[in-house]
This record gives sequence, structure tokens and C-alpha cells, in this order.
Amino acid sequence: MPETRAITGNGAIAEAMRQIAPDVVAAFPITPSTQIIEDFAGFVADGKVDTELITVESEHSAMSACIGASAAGGRVMTATSANGLALMWEMLYVAAGMRQPILVAVVNRALSAPINIHCDHGDSMGARDAGWIQIYAENNQQAYDNMIMAPAIAGHADVRLPLMVCLDGFIISHSIETMQLEEDRQVQAFIGEHKAFHSLLDTANPSSWGALDLHDYYIEHKKAQQVAMANAKPVIEEVSERFGKEFGRRYELFESYRLDDAERVVVAINSVAGELKEVIDELRDEGEKVGLLKIRVFRPFPYAEIAAALKNSKIVTVLDRSTSMGAYGPLFVEICSSLYDANPRPMLYSRTFGLGGRELLLDDIRDLFEESKRYLNEGKIEKTSDFLNVRGG
Amino acid sequence: MPKLQEMAKKKTAFSSGHRLCAGCPVPIFTKMLTRVTDYDIVVGSATGCLEVASSIFPYSAWNVPWIHTAFENAAATMSGVEAMARVRSKRNGNAKKIKCVAIGGDGGTYDIGIQALSAAMERGHDLLYICYDNGAYMNTGIQRSGATPLGAATTTTPAGQVIAGKQQQRKDLSKIMVAHHIDYVAQASIHDPIDLSEKIKKGIELDGPAFLNILSPCVPGWRINPDMAVESASLAVETCFWPLYEVDSGDYTVNYKPGKKRPVSDWLLTQGRFRHLKDPQWAHLIDEFQSLIDEQWDWLVAQEKKA
Repeated sequence: MPETRAITGNGAIAEAMRQIAPDVVAAFPITPSTQIIEDFAGFVADGKVDTELITVESEHSAMSACIGASAAGGRVMTATSANGLALMWEMLYVAAGMRQPILVAVVNRALSAPINIHCDHGDSMGARDAGWIQIYAENNQQAYDNMIMAPAIAGHADVRLPLMVCLDGFIISHSIETMQLEEDRQVQAFIGEHKAFHSLLDTANPSSWGALDLHDYYIEHKKAQQVAMANAKPVIEEVSERFGKEFGRRYELFESYRLDDAERVVVAINSVAGELKEVIDELRDEGEKVGLLKIRVFRPFPYAEIAAALKNSKIVTVLDRSTSMGAYGPLFVEICSSLYDANPRPMLYSRTFGLGGRELLLDDIRDLFEESKRYLNEGKIEKTSDFLNVRGG
Repeated sequence: MPKLQEMAKKKTAFSSGHRLCAGCPVPIFTKMLTRVTDYDIVVGSATGCLEVASSIFPYSAWNVPWIHTAFENAAATMSGVEAMARVRSKRNGNAKKIKCVAIGGDGGTYDIGIQALSAAMERGHDLLYICYDNGAYMNTGIQRSGATPLGAATTTTPAGQVIAGKQQQRKDLSKIMVAHHIDYVAQASIHDPIDLSEKIKKGIELDGPAFLNILSPCVPGWRINPDMAVESASLAVETCFWPLYEVDSGDYTVNYKPGKKRPVSDWLLTQGRFRHLKDPQWAHLIDEFQSLIDEQWDWLVAQEKKA
């Protein structure tokens, strides 16, 4: 029977991992993702899951061991945050380049320096070019659901790419929410068997992995990764649809919230969407045509679908919870790319918020919509890019 | 122990057609991997000479399953492979046991890979880690490593007018591995195939972590002729620069004791990387080198006596 339970985001991810029952988990603790591996170690110790848990000495070794186990034919998972993901950096590219469908829960946290343990998206956004599928979640239920969908997406024969499920540190990872945990057997039937490709353990048919690949082949292999990433988009849609039919919660590449006739739209990722919806509902009651486009799948990025969804908008505010020094925020750049060919093209501007866990309150969001109203009325964007809730700003 | 003649008839893990330098002795041990044991093996390489020379896509010199992921993590990558081999055995008791071997040069082992190596050994994976120690980062063009001996000229420790090559003695990685209290640690050399093959066999076949450090002269790095690698390794052992020994469950055995220990200058001065030490102003470095070797040899022999 499905179970309704009050549980933290980390706890929900650990439950998803137990249900997925990976062959190997290699992990190193880092705040705020630690509880995932602690809970999972408990499941292993109690015999609730038959996984080889490798308690490595660093995140670099965690990802290295994940790649080894995956190349040896295993279903493999880990979890990390911030500096841990940064220490994996080299191996993220190797995992993707070697087409290993490794699953990682990234509990989003700000990168040092200055050291900070709270939420922003600098960690996973920095990894956006590494060749991993990235799926984001607003709340505990979505984080759990995304993780349940992850094996079928990453392991699909047309995809074979690693995948990170991203959730906001503390805001989601440590908040207890009431959510639905699905029944083990139903989840396992949904996920299906893991298919190994050219396993290292197939000693009768030896394969070589990770060969030196020079100018005569490298670019073909990179093109093949792009093709796999393009293939991932319909696969994500197909798996999400199957998930909806099976469990009743429907997901698309992004969520359109009161978007159809919205003139003023905010585009955002992850937990801030909850507050945005709250304010949008209030403003709608006041007759304002406002809406939200909440990113779920950031890689592969659904450019055309987003352009279509924003075709009626007049002004778009993009909220980035990370920053690219010397450039616009990564989400803003993608939204601009999506809308370049739109005719008419909505007004566009960027706001960076929440770095290192700085709160964005409901009143701040109201101010944000006030600003977009003013810009729209004046037909002019005063500041294309700015930080919200910052001293001296 | 299989006879060398019998071993040579068995299928090798490593085929000809690889692109290692002429005279490189690394294939002496890679060819042995499957010849010393009846177990199926999986090999993982750190980035380095062996990796680049054995795997230029679309070719591979490996007749056994082989993986390379990066420079510093052969032990971590193979930890994952070994864990998966355990999963396989757990699920199918009849499955033929697979043994794991990681291979790195001294750069990938003494230096950038020591963290992953130390941790993999501490965790107790059923893994033989082989270091082929050629005393510098040879693959990137002969830069000094933690294994480079005192006084050796490398491209980052050149022999100049005022500095005579590397100013520090090498670290003793085999000793560091002994301090992990693992089942088996040994030093071997490519010039002694019987001792070498026995040690590879032991390391592969025991259930648990093992570390084997193989002295492997580098033709361009040591600035020796391509036909000199075996002789140079032999001299390293005869001078006691590179003692052949093993530590089996904590017990030391020195596998070879030269009847008469030759002076280290016999080994040093046959290599171009130490050529500058012939200059009288650096003669004291040879004396210093000799006293380091004497001290370490005496210590080693004393360990054996304790056991």
C-alpha cells in the first residue's frame, strides 16, 4: 500500500534509493545531503536493501567508484552537495563521457568561499555542461518522484547518461513535509531491470573502457553524447507520462502555473516556486495576469517548449539562484536563448536571489511583480540584471 | 609455482602492438597477469604511460576487461568494480570468481593517487594494486615525483650550475603500505621474472588488499639505452637501492640478499639522469645516497630478523 508519511526531503530520497535498490552506492558525507547516506546505511545494516555500500574517503573517489561499479554492470547511486559535487567535477565529465547511467541526488548548497552550508544552485549549475541530465524539484514529493523516474530515464538504451536529481538544501532536504511514498513492489515494477552494456565482469567478452581518444574520434564521441542528450527529452516525457498513469502525479519538462493568459511571468527553479505560487494566487485574486514557469528539466534544456509556453507573455522575470561571475545567471541566459526567435519577443530581465540561503519572502515577491508591472507600463527595463535582498543594492 | 616455460604458453592479458617505448619493461609484468593465475581478472589503469600506450582508440592491447577513468583514482575506480564483483558472487554462488588488479605509475600512486590508494587498502577490497615505479612522471615528459631518487635530473629538477637535480630523497611508499596492516605488501623488479611472477600470483589470489611495488626502469627518463632496462633494474637490486622483499601478514622476508653489496655509484653512474654526479662538486651526493641506502637496507634486514 502507498503510505502517507511526514518525512524530510533527504529521508524521502533515501526511501527512493532503498526502493531502487542499487547494486552499489559509494558515498562521502557532506552537509546538507548527509542524512541520505546515513538513512541508507541504516537500510543496509538492517538488511532492508541488498546494496554494497562503499564508504569512500572523498567525493572524488565516490564518483570514481560509482563509475567503476557502473562499468562493471551495476545500478549505481550516490548523493552529495556543493563542495562535494565540486570535488567530483573531473569525474562528472568522465561518468558522462563513458555513458554510465549513474544517479546522484544533489542537495543544492552554496559553494565556498566564503564557506556557507545553505541553499543556492551554484553547485549543480556549475555542473550544467558536464553531460548530466538535471532534474529539479520544488518539494519533497517531487524530489522523491524524480528519483523514482531517474533509473528508467538514465538507463534507457537511447540515453545511457548519468542523471542528477536536484533539491534545495535545508529548505527541502531538512523540512518535514507530508507526502506519499509508493509501494515497494509497484516502484520496482515501474523501474524495471537494470541492463548492463559491455560489463567489465563479462570476462568472456572483454571490453576496454576509457581509451585514449584523439582528434580522429573524440569529436564523434562528443556528438554522440549530444544525440543521447537530445534523446533524453522524449524519454523524460515518456517516463513522466508513465509515472503519471501509474502513480497519479503528472510531470512535464517544466510546470506552467497560471501561465496561459499571463502577461507577467516569473521563471524559477526549485523551492522558491512554492512562494511564487502563493503570491501569484493572491495577485490573480486582485485581477493581475501573472504566472510562473517552473523549470523541472534543466538538461536537456527544452528551448522550443519554453518558447511556446511563453508566447503570450509580455514581460519575463528570470530568477537565478546562482550567478556566473562576469556574466548573466545561467537560467536567464537559457531563457533568452529560448526566446530569441519569438515574435513578438517579451521583455526580459534577470534577478539573482537567495545565494548562500538568503531568504526571499512573500513581500519580496510582491515587490518583484510590482517592478515588472512598472517596467511593462513604462515599456522599459531599468535594470537588466540585479541582485535581490542584498545590502548596498 | 608455474615454470616460466609453461607460463609463456598461456594466453597473455596484454598483446603486442601496444605503443610503449622500445625497451620499456612494463609489458614484462602486464603479460604475466593472466599467466600466473587461473582466475579471471579485471584490470584498471591510472592515467599514465601504460594507459595511453595500450588504449589508443579504436585499438586496445588488453585481452582482459580493462578500465581507465582518470589519474588519481585507479584504486577508487577498481573499488567500485570489486564491489560489483562481490554483488555478482553474492547473487550467483556458482559464478567464477573475478579478481581485480589496479595499475598505476609512481605519479598515479605515490603522489596524486595516494589518497584513493590508502583508502581502498584500508577498506579491505579484494584488490591487488600494482605500482610500476619508474621514478618520475614519465608520461608527461620526465617531471620529478615523490619516487624520484635524490640527485636525479628531471625536467622540473634539472641538473644546473647551482642545483644538482632533485634535492630530496624519495618517499618509501612500500613502507607506507605496510603501515596499512594489509595482507600483503611486496617489492619486485622487472629483471627477476620468477620472483615477480610469484608476487603477482600471491597478490591476485589472496582474498583481500595487496600492494606490489615494481621497479621499472624508463629508457628516456633514466637516459639509458633501450637494451639496458633489465640490467639497470638488476643493478638497482644488487646495490640494494631496490630491495626485493615481501611483508606477508606483517612478517618481513627479504627475497634476495646480494652476496656482496655493490656501491650505489655502479647503478647511478650508468644512467644519464645522474651523469652530473660525476662532477667532483656533487660527489657528496653520492655519499649521501649511499648512506641512505645502507641505513634503509640495515633496517629492512633487521625487520626480517625480528620475525
